Amino acid sequence: MDRRKSLKVMVLGTVSSGFLLEACETSDKKTILTKAPATTIEKKHPGLMKEEVKHLKEVNSTTYFTPHEMKTITILCDIIIPKDDVSGSASDAKVPDFIEFIVKDKPENQVPLRGGLKWLDMQCLTRYQNSFAECNQKQQMEMVDEIAWPKKAKPEMKQGVNFFNLMRNLTATGFYTTQIGYKDVDYIGNTPNQWNGVPDDVLKKHNLAYTPKELKECISF
Amino acid sequence: MGDFQIKVQPKKYDAIIIGSGAGGGMAAYVLANAGLKVCLLEAGPNYNPAVDSKQLQNAWESPRRGASTKYRPFGDMDGCYWGWEIDGEPYTNAKGSNWEWWRARMVGGRTNHWGRISLRFGPKDFKRKSIDGLGDDWPIGYDDVKPYYDKIDKLLGVFGTNEGLIDDPDGFFLPPPKPRLHELMIKKAATGIGIPVIPSRLSILTKKINDTRGQCFYCQQCGRSCKIFADFSSSSALVLPAIATGNVDLVVNAMAREILTNKEGLATGVSYVNKDDMQEYQVMGRTVILGASTCESARLLLNSKSPRHPNGLANSSDVVGHYLHDSTGADMGGIIPELFDRKRYNEDGVGGMHVYTPWWLDNKKLDFPRGYHIEYGGGFGMPLYGFQWGMENLNGTYKVKGKQKEAGGYGASLKEDYRYFFGSHVGMAGRGEAVAMRDSFCAIDPDTVDIYGIPVLKFNTKYTDYEIKQAKHMKETFADILHSMGAVSVWGNDDGPENNYGLHAPGNIIHEAGTIRMGNDPKQSPLNKWAQAHECKNLFDVDGGQFVSQGDKNITWTILALSMRTSEYIVDQLKKNNI
Repeated sequence: MDRRKSLKVMVLGTVSSGFLLEACETSDKKTILTKAPATTIEKKHPGLMKEEVKHLKEVNSTTYFTPHEMKTITILCDIIIPKDDVSGSASDAKVPDFIEFIVKDKPENQVPLRGGLKWLDMQCLTRYQNSFAECNQKQQMEMVDEIAWPKKAKPEMKQGVNFFNLMRNLTATGFYTTQIGYKDVDYIGNTPNQWNGVPDDVLKKHNLAYTPKELKECISF
Repeated sequence: MGDFQIKVQPKKYDAIIIGSGAGGGMAAYVLANAGLKVCLLEAGPNYNPAVDSKQLQNAWESPRRGASTKYRPFGDMDGCYWGWEIDGEPYTNAKGSNWEWWRARMVGGRTNHWGRISLRFGPKDFKRKSIDGLGDDWPIGYDDVKPYYDKIDKLLGVFGTNEGLIDDPDGFFLPPPKPRLHELMIKKAATGIGIPVIPSRLSILTKKINDTRGQCFYCQQCGRSCKIFADFSSSSALVLPAIATGNVDLVVNAMAREILTNKEGLATGVSYVNKDDMQEYQVMGRTVILGASTCESARLLLNSKSPRHPNGLANSSDVVGHYLHDSTGADMGGIIPELFDRKRYNEDGVGGMHVYTPWWLDNKKLDFPRGYHIEYGGGFGMPLYGFQWGMENLNGTYKVKGKQKEAGGYGASLKEDYRYFFGSHVGMAGRGEAVAMRDSFCAIDPDTVDIYGIPVLKFNTKYTDYEIKQAKHMKETFADILHSMGAVSVWGNDDGPENNYGLHAPGNIIHEAGTIRMGNDPKQSPLNKWAQAHECKNLFDVDGGQFVSQGDKNITWTILALSMRTSEYIVDQLKKNNI
């Protein structure tokens, strides 16, 4: 965009100046203008609406889980996703921090998680006279085995099963959405490339082939 | 009132356009290039995909890993500001009505994130009443719109193939991408049971078309908006070039309140509130062009009452707000056991499907009057929030590497399952035509205003048996295709009459149209065949409001074609001093 024209937009409109100055920069790298100082969130996440920035600041300014709860969450996360020969553990991928964030961003998870953690501690207190985090490893695994298998769990364990299902799903989401997780499932998209169709060996394996019409009409590289 | 005053802009424009999406963006582009002075009002902030898009970001660059928020209901990476709810801007539903209303607030509107599915209406789509007696015919036909479809194909770019199908007309297509693996499997299975599968038609540039827009690099992220402008967004492909002419003043965060009229009942300008300073402004022009969206444009007309237009502007027919209809939608998903433990490669492709199914049956032989098309999804999607959520429902049902496991679990064995099932899902979505009905409508809620003091819309819509029977047919078709390809349905398969066979709530498909329809009879339609108000000759509508019906085709390409047609008419009429 021509700089004068974008400035014209800025004057007429009421956009924050940072946006348009950056827009000029993209199309005209030589144009250097003084930018309004941006906060860390705006620098880290360009293109957010001001309402999103405000929400993110609010979420980041509070802490939800107690240190004891975070300790329990970390143990559970690493039981669900431990280190194996392919990749690291959930805590290597900072999954507990993600769970702390997401319950503030999606508050509907707060009661199921806080309540589930309390339920777990009360179960362990009855069985082992200790909170889950203070139990030894054997006791912890005995407890987890009561709630980790939805189809064979005892009916009175149902609330624990629901809690563990939520923990499993949140832990997996938190893990596979990191660099460690992408590598683990070998996700190799999200990069500029030229799509030239399904590789030949894969086509062969599934007994498929492109038709002459497709080969003629579709773009090839 | 102290210092409360309305600021009137001294400049008088040739045209004031309300809304910068597909319709408004095209109008701005045509008028500005014809040398007319345009004021473009947009209710949201500025947005330039080159700077603001989240294209190529990884999941971990979003603190919520791409999860949705009310600010971005389609996920944190999505290219649309707002959606199902907007702070300070409520709407209401009458008892028994469950209309869902998507509203974008940004330069370019919803076109920043849309699916780029760019289908022409066919000859029959303009004349449905003549075929089945339901609804109404358009006052124009395919031959009136064809030259504009041709022009926008070339101006904006769309890939696809000429198949010679009468109701899915040929066009000027760029080459489509080759089908992905699951798409080849769908094609083989569906064609085997008589359901056609052809290359999709998306406005994505598989070849360069000009110097201001780039060529697709296959990241699958059109929904985030494209930093190199390789897909069609109004912001990048229309608004920026329009501004570059020097003839457009873009005013952002400007929420239109009312269209102003004079004693003769002609439009003189628009009053709006600036969302940043909450001050009232007026801008004056020779013509006013509505492109605020189907429902927002109707709301504006209904809120613009005057002695000459006591029932709302251009509404003595009492039709404004009525005949509101959305595409129908029903979906089903499954997994393909043949794709468990797949070889990894980059199969991102373009944003969305590479193949689709156009409507292929004859409604005269069916128990519902209108058709639908099928959209397909699947493959190695980027892991984002919700990645393989619900593994406990899957990993006890299928053997993993030859071994039957107990559902749920944890540990190294669970990690194996996430790898094993990755990329084996497939999804199908039917998108069909609903019959536009007078008693499906939006009107001004007499009880409620938004934070700007503007009376809000109250919806009162319902589906008929036509749509419900169509949804039932969709579900049966999806089940047949899944079965034929050896896939197993895992969601969307337990619907029945109790939930209208999974038919989505109206509005949910975000293809709403029909509130300010065109027609030759001023008693039956607010607009004439040029989308010009019968009762206010310098007022036009260029969004989905003008539609009489919408076929089973996503409406954006037709909004663009009709907006170009109306805009050229406006240029001509202004030059002749007819308006």
